[in-house]
Amino acid sequence: MQVTRRQFFRICAAGVGSSSLAALGFAPGEALAEVRAFKLARAAETRNTCPYCSVGCGVLIYSLGDRSKNAHGEVMHIEGDPDHPVNRGTLCPKGAALLDFVRSPNRLKRPEYRAPGSKAWQPISWDEAFTRIARLMKEDRDKNFIAKNDKGETVNRWISTGMLAASASSNETGYLTQKIARSLGMLAFDNQARV
Amino acid sequence: MALQSLDITARSATTTPSPSVRGTLQVAKLIDISKCIGCKACQTACMEWNDLRDEVGHNHGVYDNPRDLTDQSWTVMRFSEVEVEQGRLEWLIRKDGCMHCAEPGCLKACPSPGAIVQYANGIVDFHEENCIGCGYCITGCPFNIPRISKKDHKAYKCTLCSDRVAVGMEPACVKTCPTGAIVFGSKEDMIHHAEGRIEDLKERGYGNAALYDPPGVGGTHVMYVLQHGDQPELYAGLPKDPHISPLVGLWKGVTKPLMSLGIGLAVFAGFFHYVTAGPKEVDAHDEEKSS
Amino acid sequence: MTNHWVDIKNTDLVLIMGGNAAEAHPCGFKWVTEAKAHRKAKLIVVDPRFTRSAAVSDYYAPIRAGTDIAFLGGVINYLLSHDRIHHEYVKNYTDFSFLVKDEFAFENGIYSGYNPEARKYDKSSWGYQIGPDGYVVTDPSLENPRCVYQLMKAHYARYTPDMVFTICGTPKEAFLKVCEMIATTAAPDKTMTVMYALGWTQHSQGSQIIRTGAMVQLLLGNIGAAGGGMNALRGHSNIQGLTDLGLLSNLLPGYMTLPGDAEQDYKAYIDKRAFKPLRPGQLSYWSNYGKFFVSTMKAWYGDSASAGNNWCYDWLPKLDKGYDILQVFENMNQGKMNGYICQGFNPLASAPCKIKVSTGLSKLKYLVIIDPLATETSEFWQNHGEYNDVDPAKIQTEVFRLPSTCFAEEDGSLVNSGRWLQWHWKAAEPPGDAKGDQEIMAGIFLRLKAMYKKDGGAFPEPILNLTWKHRQPDAPSPEELAREFSGKALKDVTDPKDPTRVLVKAGEQLNGFAELRDDGSTICGCWLFSGAWTEKGNMMARRDNSDPFGIGQTLNWAFSWPANRRVLYNRASCDPNGKPYDPARKLIAWDAASGKWSGSDIPDFKADSPPEDGMSPFIMNPEGVARFFAVDKMAEGPFPEHYEPFESPLATNPLHPANAAARANPAARVFKEDWSTFGKPDKFPYVCTTYRLTEHFHFWTKHVRLNAIVQPEQFVEIDEELAQQKGIKAGDHVRVKSNRGFIVAVAVVTKRLRALEIAGKKVHTVGVPIHWGFLGLARNGYITNTLTPFVGDGNTQTPEFKSFLVDLEKV
Repeated sequence: MQVTRRQFFRICAAGVGSSSLAALGFAPGEALAEVRAFKLARAAETRNTCPYCSVGCGVLIYSLGDRSKNAHGEVMHIEGDPDHPVNRGTLCPKGAALLDFVRSPNRLKRPEYRAPGSKAWQPISWDEAFTRIARLMKEDRDKNFIAKNDKGETVNRWISTGMLAASASSNETGYLTQKIARSLGMLAFDNQARV
Repeated sequence: MALQSLDITARSATTTPSPSVRGTLQVAKLIDISKCIGCKACQTACMEWNDLRDEVGHNHGVYDNPRDLTDQSWTVMRFSEVEVEQGRLEWLIRKDGCMHCAEPGCLKACPSPGAIVQYANGIVDFHEENCIGCGYCITGCPFNIPRISKKDHKAYKCTLCSDRVAVGMEPACVKTCPTGAIVFGSKEDMIHHAEGRIEDLKERGYGNAALYDPPGVGGTHVMYVLQHGDQPELYAGLPKDPHISPLVGLWKGVTKPLMSLGIGLAVFAGFFHYVTAGPKEVDAHDEEKSS
Repeated sequence: MTNHWVDIKNTDLVLIMGGNAAEAHPCGFKWVTEAKAHRKAKLIVVDPRFTRSAAVSDYYAPIRAGTDIAFLGGVINYLLSHDRIHHEYVKNYTDFSFLVKDEFAFENGIYSGYNPEARKYDKSSWGYQIGPDGYVVTDPSLENPRCVYQLMKAHYARYTPDMVFTICGTPKEAFLKVCEMIATTAAPDKTMTVMYALGWTQHSQGSQIIRTGAMVQLLLGNIGAAGGGMNALRGHSNIQGLTDLGLLSNLLPGYMTLPGDAEQDYKAYIDKRAFKPLRPGQLSYWSNYGKFFVSTMKAWYGDSASAGNNWCYDWLPKLDKGYDILQVFENMNQGKMNGYICQGFNPLASAPCKIKVSTGLSKLKYLVIIDPLATETSEFWQNHGEYNDVDPAKIQTEVFRLPSTCFAEEDGSLVNSGRWLQWHWKAAEPPGDAKGDQEIMAGIFLRLKAMYKKDGGAFPEPILNLTWKHRQPDAPSPEELAREFSGKALKDVTDPKDPTRVLVKAGEQLNGFAELRDDGSTICGCWLFSGAWTEKGNMMARRDNSDPFGIGQTLNWAFSWPANRRVLYNRASCDPNGKPYDPARKLIAWDAASGKWSGSDIPDFKADSPPEDGMSPFIMNPEGVARFFAVDKMAEGPFPEHYEPFESPLATNPLHPANAAARANPAARVFKEDWSTFGKPDKFPYVCTTYRLTEHFHFWTKHVRLNAIVQPEQFVEIDEELAQQKGIKAGDHVRVKSNRGFIVAVAVVTKRLRALEIAGKKVHTVGVPIHWGFLGLARNGYITNTLTPFVGDGNTQTPEFKSFLVDLEKV
């Protein structure tokens, strides 16, 4: 057994000192030994799917309150869905950290606009944004839409505006996006299948 | 027994014997290193469940992040690139954290009543409201696990998710582990599970595969399956034959009699040094000299 | 995936190559560890890096990035020359015996019909010999030198273990060990699963790498069986779904294709795609193309679509070429584009050659960002110091940034790799004023529509007549949209065999695509998803996880396309008489008593076609069998051939040292200006490969504190020998540069990378993870795609992120 002089001093000092405390009446009361309360007891539980890779793990989202009108259902915890045949309750380091995605300080909260040449964002209302975007799209489409090619063949395409569709969006969003893009004659259209 | 959700078998710095009539299930967590992919899901799940957020650190030229256990990181993955057999690289990845010893050195060393408890199911838990931040638990721990917070000067470590286990659930790290490298159940079942894994590993050429359940600390409630059971040090210095630090013996042998002699003024001042100035962490030099 | 995640537990051998499932798909990888633990399965990892998948493998073999065709071609050669193939399977279920046209040739690494100026092939010689009866001519004896078997055998005879070593750097004994392990699964009751991802796709010959893998699996009889298959591990949660729905330049829903300019005639368009059987008695399911197409057009254009106007065929845009992301950024750079919409997509970080992307975006008039998170693309115009050194004053692009919801704040379905459509439910309100994507798309579209209605403009008909039957027009609901893509009957749909029998009443949801009609009586937005929402309700929301056969099929969990089928080509898991090759893992079998195929899965076959009728298992191919010879389907040729990556340490292709044209993929598209951006090995001597780490997801989780904690800062990986040469220690900062730019990052010095001997010279590999950028909670860093070349796969234009050249130095 090797004990340094410094350690020996510290052991004696702290050991005696703290143990003496109770004798002097400074003890922090009768120490109650209770585990931390289980925080999910009555939280609302919602079934969802992890938005990252395509294993498609089932997750359980726990939110504050019992879904009553006056309770704001803030997401407080996310863990794996034990019923899910693929992940059986497990989650990877991304899935296990989903709470911090939902509540990331870098979530966008309101529409923003950056004017040509500007160094900064400025706020814009949804209505203004939608209207301005639609106006820009229409101007471009009306000007550059190709109804017929050089050979006179009907081609009805619009290739001067393009779109990248989100590969983490739902089928329902994807389907709606596909319908809209093709109705406009859009071909410069892609998704994350390659990257 | 009204105020606790798990039965207690031992409390730090308490001489009153704990009730021992009820028999509860001895639980254990088994970490099969041969299945571990070092994904750190256990790390993020642990922080998420326990409401901890460590600092965003730096990359130090290794995959280990955070680099060490902290008051916020109760478990970390330790990565070791080794060539046990010439020309055959192995990337051994060990989830480090509290072993929940059957004979916990931290609890034995702790001078503050009720700051460390051992439940009847085998979990060793810290109750920080009783912690005085003296750091004795660190000295007492043969695995170098507890860490003192710079924020509140109290000691923290893995609770084996005692709040989840108390309501019949598995710990967060166990639940999340994608490959089933971490499993949880009765200690008996875990030993049986390990035997099956060891048999499989032996068939795959790991002749020395073995269970790590070190007797020097009375066995542990967190155990490992090691491919190289004969060389636990390969796994980022897992001690081959851990024992409770001799310093704890000193506290039992010298300090307790001192306590019974009565209290001197100097000693009283010593305590207030801790309360006012905060604890000193046992630094690496001290640890080395004591080994 | 031909199979699905849980099915991996049924395998005897796992080959992970071109992927890193343990890191990129950890919860799916669990089924590998289950197969190992419960079936004593073995895991092989072939990768340039010793990954975390390799850490738990039974055998690891190194390979130079971008040389997988050489490796797999070597495996094919091994299997054929050692006669370790599944004879009954290849004879009955593949094109082994088919005769190929006499004009077809392969010389000096180039197939017949090559036009070097256009970098394209005239593929007319790449076909089977067709007999007077209209069917392919075959030689069941396999002796005809023009049969696919003989041609393939000759083609791959060049891929010897020595050649594999020369090209791939894989030591001969390691290569042969892998061959031997793979060959064991030629036994009829053994299967191997192949798990791959972007490690195979992100090459200038990525599609051909995957084809080579599929050929290995066919030789072994591993396609269609439980525990077998070619399993693409998709990278985003719904990239499978978006591809199924056709959100790519040239696609319509369900892998239908948009017409080209020359396809002015509607009937010819349909006939070209509704393949007629090429062998007697075959099903050729695409012969139903017309039903799928008409039903989609009815879903989109409602009453406007009629037989009289060819179901609005002319309303569809026609392609003069593909407009993939590389073509689009090329066009932007040429000033041909004015607007761009990025919906949940961050091209500045994820597209190749950041400088080209940034220059392109700067030339736009307007850019619209729809995203839950602050992406680098949305701030491409903002100066972020060394990481994004631009002058905002010089960038005239108008930018809109619209906040959208994330998964937790919406209902809807996603398709996983295993083709399961799974419904999820909203748990919380979005933050601030964020809106759902459907609301955002509706917000823009309805305003456009109103403007066209009021003011007219270019070809407004498709816009004004797009179906929009939503109870809240400005917020179409997921339920309404799901019902629409699943399909319903507009009139009573009757049984073709018995017109008095009504299968579905007018107004009801369809049970599946078998009920689709080409007379306008059905609508279906995506035939492949038909049956996802029936009269019984939302099939995607089903949550019964029972597994009565114990092989993980769970047919009542969610909905799997097509037709809730879990393993594609499952007829091939049985012998020609309809008996399972492995009864213990039975998917389906012929039940003579009931006159039907049945089992633990939905038969991927005509359910009542008895084995004696000789219908073959690959019903989507007009041949009825699987193709080793790809006819005219691939850009580079019918048999995959190894070509060097565009940037490679070798000056020539070791297979064709005398032919410069056969060095890199001769059919890959390279834009004129980009040739000069490729680096040469004299200045950039190291092979570089980019990849994901398990702690992060693409460019999202740098915004997630927990993930930033466990992997905080950008790094690159280099081997110990190279580190020593360059005086670099672990933790030092290094500059990695390509001919397109540089990044600075922390060095991780590791034994997990090692120099390989390639064609007699030592080649080091540098590994660069992708996850950092100039925004986020993780430490900011450089965008990895600053380094990558602007060239893609010859068929799909997937960028060559996995193999290019760099130099590196200590900072």
